This record gives sequence, C-alpha cells and structure tokens, in this order.
Amino acid sequence: MTRPLSAPLDVGFDYTRSLGPTLGRFLSDLRRRKVTGIRGSDGRVHVPPLEYDPVTAERLSEFVDVTATGVVRGWSWIPEPLEGQPLDRPFAWALIQLDGADTSLLHAVDAGSPDQMSTGTRVRARWRDERVGAITDIECFEISDEPADPPVEAEAVTMVTTPVNLHYTHSASPTEDPFLRGLMEGRLIAQRCPVCEKVYFPPRPACPVDGVPTTDQIELSDRGTITTYCVVNVPFLGQRIPPPYVSAYVLLDGADIPFLHLLLGVAPEDVRMGMRVEAVWKPREEWGPTMQNIDHFRPSGEPDAPFDSYSQHL
Amino acid sequence: MRPAAVVGVGQTHHAAKRLDVSMAGLCREAIDRAMADAGVDWSDIDAVVLGKAPDLFEGVMMPELFLADALGAVGKPLLRVHTAGSVGGSTGNVAASLVQSGVHNRVLAVAFEKQSESNAMWALSVPTPFTMPVHAGAGGYFAPHVRSYIRRASAPEHIGAMVAAKDRRNGAKNPYAHLKQPDITVESVQASTMLWDPIRYDETCPSSDGACAVVISAEPTSGQAAWIRATAMRTEPTTFAGRDQVNPQAGQDAARALWKQAGITDPLSEVDAAEIYVPFSWFEPMWLENLGFTDIGQGWKLTEAGETEIGGRLPVNPSGGVLSSNPIGASGLLRFAEAAMQVMGTAGDHQVDGARVALGHAYGGGSQFFAMWVVGSEKP
Ligand SMILES: [Zn+2]
Repeated sequence: MTRPLSAPLDVGFDYTRSLGPTLGRFLSDLRRRKVTGIRGSDGRVHVPPLEYDPVTAERLSEFVDVTATGVVRGWSWIPEPLEGQPLDRPFAWALIQLDGADTSLLHAVDAGSPDQMSTGTRVRARWRDERVGAITDIECFEISDEPADPPVEAEAVTMVTTPVNLHYTHSASPTEDPFLRGLMEGRLIAQRCPVCEKVYFPPRPACPVDGVPTTDQIELSDRGTITTYCVVNVPFLGQRIPPPYVSAYVLLDGADIPFLHLLLGVAPEDVRMGMRVEAVWKPREEWGPTMQNIDHFRPSGEPDAPFDSYSQHL
Repeated sequence: MRPAAVVGVGQTHHAAKRLDVSMAGLCREAIDRAMADAGVDWSDIDAVVLGKAPDLFEGVMMPELFLADALGAVGKPLLRVHTAGSVGGSTGNVAASLVQSGVHNRVLAVAFEKQSESNAMWALSVPTPFTMPVHAGAGGYFAPHVRSYIRRASAPEHIGAMVAAKDRRNGAKNPYAHLKQPDITVESVQASTMLWDPIRYDETCPSSDGACAVVISAEPTSGQAAWIRATAMRTEPTTFAGRDQVNPQAGQDAARALWKQAGITDPLSEVDAAEIYVPFSWFEPMWLENLGFTDIGQGWKLTEAGETEIGGRLPVNPSGGVLSSNPIGASGLLRFAEAAMQVMGTAGDHQVDGARVALGHAYGGGSQFFAMWVVGSEKP
C-alpha cells in the first residue's frame, strides 16, 4: 500500500504577553542586569517571581533582589540543539538556584562539555548586550565563581512578544487519498455511505451519521448548485485571496453535502441561492493533489435550481 | 441529585486590550469579585474548573497548568473544560454537576480569554493542505447560514440591525461591558460596513479580553442564591449530509432536555430573562426558534415586536450579551452568570424587574456544541 499524500503545515504567530505587575518587574529588572525574586507567605524567595502564592493563593508583593550567580541543582545535556533553543552549540539545560533564592530557575549553561557539569557547579549569568526585557536577556549561564556584570539603568517593559512556530506534516486519510489522486487527473471522486447512501464529497473515512466506512466510490461531474454563500469584504492576517470575494457552498450534482469554494465571474450582488455553477479548472500543468485545481466556480447559465431541491442542505 | 446554587458571581471590566494584567491577573480580577460576592475564602473552595477556548488563541498549551497557583487550585482538583465558544457554559455545567452529584460542596468555575495576545480570526483560518482557502474566521463561517435563515424564515432585512442596536444599548447599562453605545440606532447599524455579507460590522461581536467566575455551592453562603434548576449539553458533528446548520438538532435536543428537567412547559411564558449566545445579531431569532421559545420561522417576529427588549415579554441579553463583550472562552460563563444575577436581583441598571427564572445559553464550534442552564430564585 502506498503512503497517503502528505504536505507541510506551518503555523506561526508572534503572540504578545501583557506582563502585569510581577512579571513586568522581573523582566524590566533583567533588562537592567538585575534578577528579582518575590517572597512567599512561607518566607521562601521564588525566582522567577510568582504573581500568586502557591500556598495561600494570595497576591504576592514583597520583591527581593537576588544575585545573578548561583549553583546548579540539576541538569541535562543537549548534544544537538533544536530551533529556538538558547544556544546553537551543545549546552546543558539546568535548574539553577540563584544566591538568595529558594527555588530554581531553568536556563541554559554554556559548559562546552558535559564533563564540566555537575550538581553543585557554580555559575553566573552571561548578560546579552542588547536587552529587551525578556528571559533571554540572560544569554545563558557560564561556569564561574566570579560575580556577574553589575546592574545598569534601563526603561521598564510591560509587554513581550513570544513568537511561536509549529511545523506539522499533514497527512491525508486513506479515504482522502484516492480523492486527492483523482484531483490530480481532473476527476471528482466521492464516496457513498453503504447504510444511508448519502454521497460525501470530499469523501470521509466514515459516515458521520452511521459511523461505518464509506466504501462505494463514485465520480461526480463538476457542475452544481450554490446552496448559500457570503461575500467576504474583510481583510485578515493570513488571508490567501484578496477581498472582496464570494465564499459559496457548492452542492455538486449527485452529492449530498455542499463544500466551500470561491465563486467568480459574477458581481457579488448578483449571486443567488440556487444559482447553477460550473468549475473553472486551472491549466493542467498547475494541477496538484488539491481542491485548488479548481480555480473557482462560475455561473453555468442554467436556470436557478428550485429552493426545494437544495433546502435540506442548508 | 441534590440542589446546587450560584452563590457568587464576578467578572472583569472587559476591553479590547487589558494590557494592565497578565492572564493570571485577569482571571483573579473575576475570581476575587466572585468570592467576595459569595462571602467565601479559599478554604471554602473544594475544586476549581477552568474553561478556555482553543489554545491557539493565546498560544499557551494547557493554560490550566501555569495558572494553577493563580486559580487557588494547589492541593485541590483542577479540571480544564474545552468546547470551543460554548466552553464557558460547559464550565458552569461541569462545576454544577460536581456539586449536584455530592462530590464537592463548593466549586469555583472560571473562564477567560485574552484575545489581545493573538488574533482569533487568524487562529480560526489556518490553511489546511489540499483544501480551498476561502475560510474567513467565525464571521465567514456563520454568514452563509445567516443568509439561509433569512431565506427560510422570510425575515425582513432590518431584524439583525434591531438586535444589534438593542444589545449595544443594553451593554451601555452594564458597567463591565466592553462596548457601551447608548446612542446606537437601527439606522446607524444598517449604515455600518458590510463585513461578511449579510453580516455588518455593527452586527458583529467585538474581540475582548475578559474573565468570569462563579461560585457554586450546595448551600447559600451569603443569603443570595440562584438555584440551578436544570443543565443540558449536546453535541453534533460540524458537517454531515442533511445537517441543519440553521436549526441544529443538538441545540433542539439540549433545549428539550433542559425545559423538561426544569419542569417548564411553555418557555416563553415561564422564563423571565434569557442570556443567549448571540455573537452575530441574527443568531437571536435563530436561537429563539432553536430553543423552542417560538415556532420555526417565527423568532424574528418576537424581536421585531420589541418583546426581547428589557421590559418586553422575554428580555434577551439585558447585559448587552456577546455583541457587547466577547472574551470568547468566558462569553458562555458570562451568559450563565448574568442569568444568575437576574434571579438574584443583583443586575443593577440592566435588571429585569421581578425576574425569578432565567436562561443561560452558549454554543460553540460550527454550531455543534450546546450548553445551557436554567436558574431560579426558588430552591427546587
Ligand atoms: Zn451513512
């Protein structure tokens, strides 16, 4: 059996974080080459500072200066750093208890070799030259008995940006696979549920009503009816088609469920529910395993379908 | 099943950007108000239930994990609920079930969204390989179904604008609402930009930062109580052949179960106020029908007659509803909490006179998750 088709799916966004009073103070101080903790109800000094006490859940407010030097309490060697990690050469992730703190901070140690790392190793912060008010203002820790660089003045920060990038491989299901391979040949392959005999396009692994595999394969024409639609006038981040455009539900002749596609070749104000449409395919050499082989639908010129012929698909 | 009641509610001042607080601080603003309203402290809380919409909205996986201390959950059971936009309602129902079942005596339910940290429209339109990228956020998803409703019910075009104007005027009476537009009119709504034809800008919910919390208890803690007379939740697939997208079966089934459990035979006569999840104005008449307040195709007539205004036969969204504040994950719990405030008589300027029975309603996903409760001033 051949492997189902797959394609990369990359999702990324620069999220922002409004910091509030506690993390705002912590990150503003990092920008000043200072590390600040907070005292909990039991007297422990938490670094990074906690906004709410882990024992009483009350808001905490007693900030405590700690030093940018400390001791390794636990560590793990990273022989091959990944995208987005603090260093691009082998390093240690370590739990570091800073002097004056009662809890440990997770950060990177640029130790060169795991032979240099042990529980109890003394480390100090290596401050980045360009600091923005982020945990990465500490570039990493380094093994040393010496004090870290002294504090300087800097503006406070109230917000940070945290880019998140996820890289997936999206695989088609075994049922979708013949559908997608059909699209590469300009064919529209649907599947029929053996129980309710409803025809699904695009096909599903199982009928959502009966829960059984949809085994019967049938080929549909590229004509259909607009059941309902909207005119998208609003631009938004990540949009692939410039607005305005008509996003329409197309019910192919012989199918029992409509799908969303683009409707062109008609002014938005002239689009109607029940309008008959036909597919406009891209040039054959641009075809791939995607519904985008159909560039858009356009009116076919046939008379509108009567409301009763599609009203059960709304 | 033993009786349970909402004994305290709290919410944030909702806004487009609450840049002054962290996610933890946002939740605590609502929690601290709910606990003060209930007259309880942390030792009185047995368990915490957190609701939030998709993690992609803030880009925080498992927010319940990093919020555990802020939610006062250390040493207690903490549950995360997730049913898309209906999650706030489901969170209330899960918390209620923990008390009704006798598992816990007092449970804190919290729900939040900090939409300013991301872009929900982007998060709801991630392009899946092999498909046609016509998606356009929630508005683009729901607009074709609104068009179907208008056609099926032969509803006049101005109904959507009437709902929007009413809810925004109501929001102006709610000190916590994000949008306060006391001077909005049907004409000004109709003059606003068409975003996803047939949905206009003023008929669309805002994007809000906010949180809501309720304390649910087996016994009153401070004298006030909104007794939970019924809860219901139902689900259906997003798409299947023959699915009714205008009047989903899951919503009908949930409503039928809800009214039966509450002992209500004529909802329109027996319910004094309704907080219904209406993120786009036309969903008011659609859900009035789906919930059984009117016959099919008749919901818009109740709206047109002014009966859903405060002072009408069935005031809908006296708080201003989702159209006035939409911290997505919290929006459902806000509906539930506002219903409780109505029967406790604590709704202030948007109080419905003499409200004794109220509905809280939420829906989510592609109209596939439904959660609702009925609260009353009398102990069942
Ligand atoms: Zn079937």
